[in-house]
Amino acid sequence: MEMETLFEVTKGMREDITTYCPGCTHGIAHRLIMEALEERGALGNTIGVSPVGCSIVAHQYMNVDMVESAHGRAPAVASGIKRVHPDKYVFTYQGDGDLASIGTGEIVHAAHRGEKICTFFINNAIFGMTGGQMAPTSLLGQKTTTTVEGRKKEINGSPLRMAELIATVEGAVYVERVSLHSPAAVRKAKKAINKALDVQEKGLGFAFIEFLSTCPTNWGLPPAKALEFVAEKMIPYYPLGKIKDNTWEHIENEEEGK
Amino acid sequence: MSEKRLMKGNEAFAIAAIRNGCRFYFGYPITPQNEIPEYMSRELNKAGGQFLQAESELAAVNMAFGAACAGGKVLLSSSSPGIALMQEGMSYICSVQLPVVILNVMRGGPGVGTIQPGQADYNQVTRGGGNGDYHIIVYAPSSIQETVDMIGKAYEVAEEYRNPVIIAVDGMIGQMMEPVVLPEDKGGMSEDEIDAAKPWALTGHKNKRERNVIKSLHLKQDELEDLINEYWPKYERAERELADYEAINVEGADVVFVAYGSSARITVEAMGILKEQGINAGLIRPKTLWPFPEKAFDLISDDVKKVISVELSKGQMIYDVRLAMKGRHEVDLINRVGGMLLSPTEIAERTIKMMGGAE
Amino acid sequence: MATTRMLLAGFGGQGVLLIGQMIAYTAMYEEKEVTWMPSYGPEMRGGTANCTVVVSDKPIASPLPSAYDVLLAMNEPSLNRYLDELKPGGDLFINSSIVHKPVERDDINVYYVDTVKLAHEVVGNEKSANMVMLGAIIKKTGVISMDEMGKTFAKLLTGKKAKLIEPNKKALDAWKE
Repeated sequence: MEMETLFEVTKGMREDITTYCPGCTHGIAHRLIMEALEERGALGNTIGVSPVGCSIVAHQYMNVDMVESAHGRAPAVASGIKRVHPDKYVFTYQGDGDLASIGTGEIVHAAHRGEKICTFFINNAIFGMTGGQMAPTSLLGQKTTTTVEGRKKEINGSPLRMAELIATVEGAVYVERVSLHSPAAVRKAKKAINKALDVQEKGLGFAFIEFLSTCPTNWGLPPAKALEFVAEKMIPYYPLGKIKDNTWEHIENEEEGK
Repeated sequence: MSEKRLMKGNEAFAIAAIRNGCRFYFGYPITPQNEIPEYMSRELNKAGGQFLQAESELAAVNMAFGAACAGGKVLLSSSSPGIALMQEGMSYICSVQLPVVILNVMRGGPGVGTIQPGQADYNQVTRGGGNGDYHIIVYAPSSIQETVDMIGKAYEVAEEYRNPVIIAVDGMIGQMMEPVVLPEDKGGMSEDEIDAAKPWALTGHKNKRERNVIKSLHLKQDELEDLINEYWPKYERAERELADYEAINVEGADVVFVAYGSSARITVEAMGILKEQGINAGLIRPKTLWPFPEKAFDLISDDVKKVISVELSKGQMIYDVRLAMKGRHEVDLINRVGGMLLSPTEIAERTIKMMGGAE
Repeated sequence: MATTRMLLAGFGGQGVLLIGQMIAYTAMYEEKEVTWMPSYGPEMRGGTANCTVVVSDKPIASPLPSAYDVLLAMNEPSLNRYLDELKPGGDLFINSSIVHKPVERDDINVYYVDTVKLAHEVVGNEKSANMVMLGAIIKKTGVISMDEMGKTFAKLLTGKKAKLIEPNKKALDAWKE
């Protein structure tokens, strides 16, 4: 009897083992995005932009044309690429230091212009690559190497909810926050990625998916505890789910136009 | 050959870029170059291209980076403080060897400074404010026609050297009108043409080739050293082949001026005034600021009485002039700053004073 | 003619930049060398405006000369500010509709042009005042030919603007010394 293949590594990933730390969820996010692209036959028709941060090396794994951008500038770089190749899928993959700190101008204006690109935003509440400093997304009380006694509201303000912020921008058509801390959450994340790619394919505007993610190394937690941290500490502050879905409105407008 | 047209500099520059195949423009409003984005916003889409008003110069240079990665022919334009904001991007563009043409319509600084013409960006454009080992090739035209011609040259050089090229004009040349003959339209590039001409460009691998990656991170220092050593010969070649200048009456002149751009035009008129006073003056006009045309200085005779750098800055090019003179003669400075222009009379009078009065 | 260096100044809206451009276009059509250089500043209404025009039969070095052969003062501040920059023997054109100050130099030629009154009389519209002044400048300096100027209107004023050609030509001829 011939064996049936139930699951295999996506052709969108070049290697099945990444150099990310054990327990880091970057690998899951990479795989989900590449699977979604492969399933729609788009790997040869996609250009990705990686950030500065741990995932600067995303191009080692993602089997699509890719460019590294300067810190925070990925949405501007992607805007330039999309202008040259409007028929290609163009995405940015950015961490919270990159997107929510140094790159707030570029992400807000990519949304504001309604750029027909997808942004996959990995929020693990810390600067990973540089060794665990506070990010704008770090939780109150969270200990980092620049908030050794825990983040204090009086000094550092409160964590920035980027998905909610981006949702206020008219050009952002689809905004969802997902998590990678459980199998059920991962399945929902995959659906959100597909929704974002649909928005781009239909040319409806800007799509933004925020992934609550882990950093066991810099959080000082074992991988399993890090997943619990996401569930218990992050989700209460960063609620999951669709934050904005204007896709129907766009499709209806289009149909009325016809 | 197209006919002569009377045009404002900035508009002529925009048309010249489009006719040389530029199809992607990114910019942010800043005086005195606003006619360029305004023209592009009206005309570039008609030519099958894309105009995009960026939220900042920082974004503009990164949009240009993205479009150049994707194989597009790009124009950026700005003025001095905006060029300062683009320095990070220029370092990145050089690190991955992308062709981009940048127009700097210079004004007086530092800081917000003034919107009047200036040349105090000399160090900024020739030395750059970005990190790392790289050079920007810099052209310095002194008329609208020369700028238009140099834009054509800049696209050729940018593509051939895979490097940014800055054309440094000042507010005077951007704002004035002169008759100009525009080049023929070369047309844009299709995706197939990009794939053929730029195999490194990001166009999607179409499951036909290995994926292309454009990256500047090299955590292994020996790899980065190898990479820099690999591309560095192009800069040595640029120094040999691209350095360009105009020499007027240099051999045997008592006074040799060194001036570029608008200052050079004003200096030429000053030379006429000096001639009436019996002073034999010459001019070296660098047409490229990097590479600096050092060879031109071999034309200066050993018994020259004065070598004078004429600049709208506190003296920036003068250091290159001194290097090029190799200690053969001291170098003086005639200058104005802060957006003030030199007049031909002022140059002539200050020269006569430096020479110890009229002969 | 070797080189004519002109400084044209007035309030924004009086049309001095346009006067300069008309001379520049026509000079180009006459195969002469020419530069036109405006003063520029923050965009605003009601400020002062001026431009320099240099017309020559050889390549022009500087578009910003040190001294001028022709000065146009469409308003009094321009007269006060630039009178010293007019060379001895130079031509000064004064918009006498609003400038009433006597000129305190006797080494120059002064021409008073009541632009608004003449525009009313000849064209019936004071908007043509700047073209009246342009005509006076052409008549006295000969920097370009009146004939070629008329052709320039035909080249530049096309479509809906073509109806302005005849009034402009009338305005050009309004001033008589």
